[in-house]
Amino acid sequence: MKSYVSGFILSIILTLVPFALVMFPGLATPVTAVIVMVIMAIAQVLVQLVFFLHMDSSSEQSWNVMAFAFTVLIAVILIGGTVWIMYNMHINMIL
Amino acid sequence: MSTEALHHAHDDHGHHDAGATKVFGFWIYIMTDCIIFATLFATYAVLHNNIATGPSGKEIFELPFVLIETFLLLISSFTSGISMLAMHQGDKAKVIKWLIITALLGAGFVAMEIYEFHHLIEEGIGPDKSAFLSSFFTLVGTHGFHVSCGLIWMVVMMFLVSKQGLSDTNKTRLTCLSLFWHFLDIVWICVFTVVYLMGAM
Repeated sequence: MKSYVSGFILSIILTLVPFALVMFPGLATPVTAVIVMVIMAIAQVLVQLVFFLHMDSSSEQSWNVMAFAFTVLIAVILIGGTVWIMYNMHINMIL
Repeated sequence: MSTEALHHAHDDHGHHDAGATKVFGFWIYIMTDCIIFATLFATYAVLHNNIATGPSGKEIFELPFVLIETFLLLISSFTSGISMLAMHQGDKAKVIKWLIITALLGAGFVAMEIYEFHHLIEEGIGPDKSAFLSSFFTLVGTHGFHVSCGLIWMVVMMFLVSKQGLSDTNKTRLTCLSLFWHFLDIVWICVFTVVYLMGAM
């Protein structure tokens, strides 16, 4: 129960802050806002993985964590690679 | 200790292992689902500026609305966790009670999303309007479809648990459902950050 409550409270904070940054643009410059939003999103994903999905470094979890790490690798190659290639295409196609 | 008791203990262990293997298999499915979402995010990242004659994200996203959707899903992820705790305590009525609350919150989320899509399409801002809107509807719609499937699964589980009680099979099913539901909330974190918040800036 304790783990769910702490995960829940942390998630609320990590949701409200990025929404506030966008809804009240005076709070931060756009660049800072994006950086903070990305960091908070990653933090919230980790918070939910640890507190809700109980992912940790114990031996029962090691295959789950390994599968997850591999998925993250694939997702990064997929999204990063796509954006990289398409951005260069876009730049070079402008006549 | 009689041999029967030993045998029984061994059986229990066997069931536990089979359940754990199923949950791990389901985890692998969730990981492949992550890759589906990764491709949809990649598509969205490439197309989000190609608004053609349609509106941009800034013009159509209503953040207070999205914030309520986000909270419905976050709270439902939390209540799904509570129903898991009730399952470990072996409290059948509590499991069903918290599953109902989770399903109602999830249904609220889906209802809001259907309202948003309906509203946009009625104003002529459908997925056929621009590449940005096609990728937006595909990404957010795929997430909404997953949540809807989770809701159907949840209703089936309420029925199964009330009929059969908290058998080992049902416990495994509930564990997988809870993993799925938490996973959908994790995907939604990426959706609201990348699509709604960055789109509305």
